[in-house]
Amino acid sequence: MSPEIAWLIVRATGQTLHMVAVAALIGSALGIPLGVFLATSGKGELFAAPFANRILGAVVNATRSTPFIILVVAIIPFTRLVAGTSIGTTAAIVPLTIATVPFVARLVEASIREVDPGLVETARAMGATPLQIVWKVLLAEARPGITLALTLTLVSLIGYSAMVGAVGGGGLGDLGIRYGYQRFMPDVMAVVVVVLIVLVQAIQSAGDRLARRFDKRIRPR
Amino acid sequence: MSIFALDALPVLDTATPAASLAPADGLVRIEDVSKTFPPSRGSGAVTALDHVDLVAPQGSVTAIIGRSGAGKSTLIRLVNGLEKPTSGRVVVDGVDVARLSEAGLRAVRRSIGMIFQHFNLLSSRTVYDNVALPLEIAGVSRREIAARITPLIDLVGLADKRERYPAELSGGQKQRVGIARALATEPKLLLSDEATSALDPETTQSVLDLLSRINRDLGLTILLITHEMEVVKRIADHVAVIDGGRIVERGSAFDIFSAPRHETTKVLLAGVPGMQVPDHVAARLRPQPAPGSRPDSEVVLRIVFTGAHATDPVLSRLAAELGLEVNILGGAVDEIAGRPFGTLVVSFVADPARLRQVRAFLGQRGLSSEVLGHVA
Repeated sequence: MSPEIAWLIVRATGQTLHMVAVAALIGSALGIPLGVFLATSGKGELFAAPFANRILGAVVNATRSTPFIILVVAIIPFTRLVAGTSIGTTAAIVPLTIATVPFVARLVEASIREVDPGLVETARAMGATPLQIVWKVLLAEARPGITLALTLTLVSLIGYSAMVGAVGGGGLGDLGIRYGYQRFMPDVMAVVVVVLIVLVQAIQSAGDRLARRFDKRIRPR
Repeated sequence: MSIFALDALPVLDTATPAASLAPADGLVRIEDVSKTFPPSRGSGAVTALDHVDLVAPQGSVTAIIGRSGAGKSTLIRLVNGLEKPTSGRVVVDGVDVARLSEAGLRAVRRSIGMIFQHFNLLSSRTVYDNVALPLEIAGVSRREIAARITPLIDLVGLADKRERYPAELSGGQKQRVGIARALATEPKLLLSDEATSALDPETTQSVLDLLSRINRDLGLTILLITHEMEVVKRIADHVAVIDGGRIVERGSAFDIFSAPRHETTKVLLAGVPGMQVPDHVAARLRPQPAPGSRPDSEVVLRIVFTGAHATDPVLSRLAAELGLEVNILGGAVDEIAGRPFGTLVVSFVADPARLRQVRAFLGQRGLSSEVLGHVA
């Protein structure tokens, strides 16, 4: 393998990590609060707002059901508005983030719904405000679940990032398609796949370890 | 652990006649409260409470006992505003909590501790941090939290567990954490929602001892709900029996045990040792002598010994003075609200006149008796 190709792989790895990291960061910053809201705004719940809950739920579902590659091209005008351009790695972060928000929101919602409602009642009986309940009870108790949710999000984002080659986003997936497939360079393809496997394995095992450390429900040996 | 033992408690005569409880005396006064839950999927409107009046006097242990679905859960949740009554007043320390805003309720709730059947500890927090939670919520500084919690953790006997997580504790230890947590804000009232129902009998005993010690030493008023008469017997001064959303009987714990009137009370008492009739007899028990049988049928009688008469040798007198042959079917001697209390279930053959004679004999000696039935 020539040094040029090796450099391409290193650069593509950097682009993938860049896109995934930024999209995960912004996506979580927006998705976690949205997930908390979805989990607590149903009828008779902490922030009861059944109408807003239904609307946001529908928007989340719509985004989730749009195939990612279609989302990428469909929101090009919005991407241009936000990133100033519709091509390149920075531009690719916009659709990645938009796909991440509802993904994170649904996973966080599920984690929070796992928290024993008795704990919410207990906090209410102590005179906790709704925000204190979210912060000290719901998010604290759901932390292992949310950690796993974010791990899953990172892994999915690596998969999604392979598709943003369509708007010149670069990254490992794009490299694999253009060099490995279109130029018949199976060695490039093999290296790309190996790098992706290593990335995903590393993220998954780090996430698992972190979640285990947060989880105090199981009696430690 | 001897400080938790029942035998270390002084015998107190805490049974106050229910009639003396003028409403103004109560730390908690529930006045003519009804609660109806609106119809939901699959069921119509449910009336959980139906014109309930209840007073929990300052410094007392008041128990609400009833079967599941009787409305006791709803009733206790009215006191800290977790439920709002459909009508009526819920006055806690002079404030009608039913009329408070959420913000007003939050302030009141910080002066009311609550413990739960399933403990409701945060799994992500250590013993120390669980006890700290209500103080964090109240905005108490970290340093003051440390100063307040340490004696509380000592009080409930968990000093060596303060950095443990709930998953590492036994049920009884978890409830002790729950109690320490409920006391953290120095409340004037403690609500107990079936606090011992998930515990084994021995642990129940030690948790109840802890509660009655807290009631005595800190002067804390306790309002508890339970379905176990055992709990009432151990710690309650006053009892209200609830059934179908109504209070069907109320009085001192001693009166409820020695002279239960309502059917529900009797059913709830049936599980207490010495109160029940052995199965082989119960199966043959009839309310009236079988028609056409001999007039002198076998009668099953429950005799209740209370106070000074608890130690009288009454059965031997029955035999000596009335020439009666008595079979003993069951019995127990116990202590309720610190007063000695015994029951004896006996059977003997007697015609109606003879039975009246026996009961009069018992009555003269200050013992109450109840005909449980006739053996067919």
